[in-house]
Amino acid sequence: MPPAVLRHAARAAACMLAVLSIAASAGAQGASTSDPRAALAAGWKDAAIAISNLKLVSTAWRPAGMSDPRNAGNFEFMNSDLAFAGPYVFQGNFNGVQVWDASDVANLKLKTLLPCPGGQGDVSVLGNLMFMSVEETRGRVDCGSGGVRDSVSAERFRGIRIFDITDIERPKVITQVQTCRGSHTHTLIEDPKDKGVVYVYVQGTSIVRSPRELADCSGRAPEMDANTSLFRIEIIRVPLARPAEARVINAPRIFSDSAGRIAGLWRGGKQGEGTQETAETDQCHDITAYPELGLAAGACSGNGIILDISDPANPRRIAETFDPNFAYWHSANFSNDASKVLFTDEWGGGMAPRCRASDKMTWGANAIFTLQGRSMRAAGYYKLPVAQTRTENCVAHNGAIIPVPGRDIMVQGWYQGGISVFDFTDPAKPFEIAYFDRGPVSADTLHLGGSWSAYWHNGRIWNSEISRGLDVLELTPSEQLSANEIAAAALVRFEVNNPQTQRRNVWPAHPAVARAYVDQLERGRGLGAARIAAVRAAIDAAELRSGAARQSAYAALAASLKDDAGSAGDSARVRALADVVGQLAAR
Amino acid sequence: MNMSLLRGPAASRVLRAMVGTALVALSASAQSASPADVAFMKGMIHHHAQAIEMVVLIADRTTSASLRTLGERIDISQRDEIEMMQQWLRARREEAPDPLPHLGMDMGDHDMPMMAGMLTKAQMAALKDARGPAFDRLFLSGMIQHHEGALTMVRELFATTGGGQETAIFRFASDIDADQRAEIARMRTMLRALNPP
Repeated sequence: MPPAVLRHAARAAACMLAVLSIAASAGAQGASTSDPRAALAAGWKDAAIAISNLKLVSTAWRPAGMSDPRNAGNFEFMNSDLAFAGPYVFQGNFNGVQVWDASDVANLKLKTLLPCPGGQGDVSVLGNLMFMSVEETRGRVDCGSGGVRDSVSAERFRGIRIFDITDIERPKVITQVQTCRGSHTHTLIEDPKDKGVVYVYVQGTSIVRSPRELADCSGRAPEMDANTSLFRIEIIRVPLARPAEARVINAPRIFSDSAGRIAGLWRGGKQGEGTQETAETDQCHDITAYPELGLAAGACSGNGIILDISDPANPRRIAETFDPNFAYWHSANFSNDASKVLFTDEWGGGMAPRCRASDKMTWGANAIFTLQGRSMRAAGYYKLPVAQTRTENCVAHNGAIIPVPGRDIMVQGWYQGGISVFDFTDPAKPFEIAYFDRGPVSADTLHLGGSWSAYWHNGRIWNSEISRGLDVLELTPSEQLSANEIAAAALVRFEVNNPQTQRRNVWPAHPAVARAYVDQLERGRGLGAARIAAVRAAIDAAELRSGAARQSAYAALAASLKDDAGSAGDSARVRALADVVGQLAAR
Repeated sequence: MNMSLLRGPAASRVLRAMVGTALVALSASAQSASPADVAFMKGMIHHHAQAIEMVVLIADRTTSASLRTLGERIDISQRDEIEMMQQWLRARREEAPDPLPHLGMDMGDHDMPMMAGMLTKAQMAALKDARGPAFDRLFLSGMIQHHEGALTMVRELFATTGGGQETAIFRFASDIDADQRAEIARMRTMLRALNPP
């Protein structure tokens, strides 16, 4: 070993010690090494599994054409993000798109295999349209393989492909909208004032192409070129009746400061000694829109930002935050009432083992903020609580809210850390409820794999596994999540679900919702035990009746619960229960 | 997933781990490397090596803490990337340059190839002779020139037939572009602070 390398190794060791001593002095509890997930046997399709408070319903393995049988970790065939429409699950891949028929969740059937390379292949669906992100220089306008040899070529495609999926088995390209930086991810936002239009926010994160290939593209620094293609997102307007006319209509400078400098947010680097090296804010990795509230949360490399999207063609930044523990702001989720926003930090880019026992619990984690108007306040962190091996790429990645009434619960993918279901109702004290994890793809080599995204959709959890396939899971009742709460979550259903377009969860008038609140009041001691038992009995009795007798039973219970609220330990939850019971009376 | 994250000291260790594994495995089964990619990686090894040669000079020539911090970051990230690029080349059965053991030596007829932005012998000599604020200024302006050369090399890679088509190279080059551009911006700010208007 040359002396230079020895010196470097010594410095790396010193850095590691410094990190450990900071963690120890802050009293930070490290990831558990005694958890069953910490030392699972390795394997591609035969890895050992650890599962808690979940049931694995089925796994649809990656089909031929979306997998390299000689190399499970081949970059060019990684599975990516999911979208849902009707009975179908759309699963992106760096080599194209797979459409699964999930009519029988125990046995998913491959409906469509669409080879179309270019990465990342993130997909969204709306009506008879499918949208797909393409970022790499090997992407071709004809979806062919083999890349594009010429450095400037009319054959190259980087941007958003729009398909007609009227015939789901034979998607047809309608149009392809080229962008300077390609599309790493994208977000669909319907126009609140015009049902005939949808906007696509395009998040490009990689190299800017030549202006000779696409006019006006510039990868120069903002100080050198005020028209740089960096420091912006692109917005495509799609007229739904004439989607072939889709085109870029705006490229807003959402990182500008009050002086009008387009590079107005974090310029990259460390905030101070011992802090994380944070990327420069010249891109958004992901934007999660919440159109019903006119808001979007942007995870934008060096900052987390909130956008006013009430006019989706012209988003305006209304708030921003920074976290010295973050390397790269990657994705975001709102709580259902948008009083909280959770950002993920993809430290190491998703290709590195960042859940080892030696890694800080505040690095590569979720940071949870409270959100009030334009004010975001840091409240807490959540990181996969278990240590993973050095051959498992592991860090915070994509997830979604599980619609349990009265609580903030999320399911999230952690690459080879598996999936974790956690409660962040108290943003300062998030805790885990359930998990699913496979052992590493390989015990001695890091092959890319694991959960790209894990989403709740219509009563189940769908896990896009990078190197394995698509898993379907169901929650099972546990101390921290009752059968009634799971049943209430399953009542919220959407025909179409693009997870980066967050929908407000609204629960129908159903006794499971009332029973879920009662279970929560019991668990949290928010109402006396005797009263809990009486309320449960009253709901059971009302359900045994019908018509006017049931209505009056529920009306009486609602009235008595309103009386309880003032003196209850958790009066807000008792009031929420009274409202649900009132809705049951009005059914 | 984003490789432009693989930046900074800690991040570059990741890159090494990653490229030592998944990407190498990829090559064992898949395509042979394009000549443009191979030339880019070989050239970038020499380019990175000069950054390390410059950083070595910091120790007894500056009193600036922020310059030392910058130097440490550059040193670690460039060493790690050199190792990663060597592994990438070896996995493709290409010769992997190894300039680090020879840093600072007079190589006679075997001088490092001059890649875009690299400092000339005269510039390196001036840097060695400078001390204090004069050194800080020369170091920053030199490293800005050096990093701009990396941006040029990335631009040339994508301007070359067959260049940057492999997912791994596409992402690595995108990473260098984002990383070095941000570092140039920070160094310009440091330089302005040294040269008040």
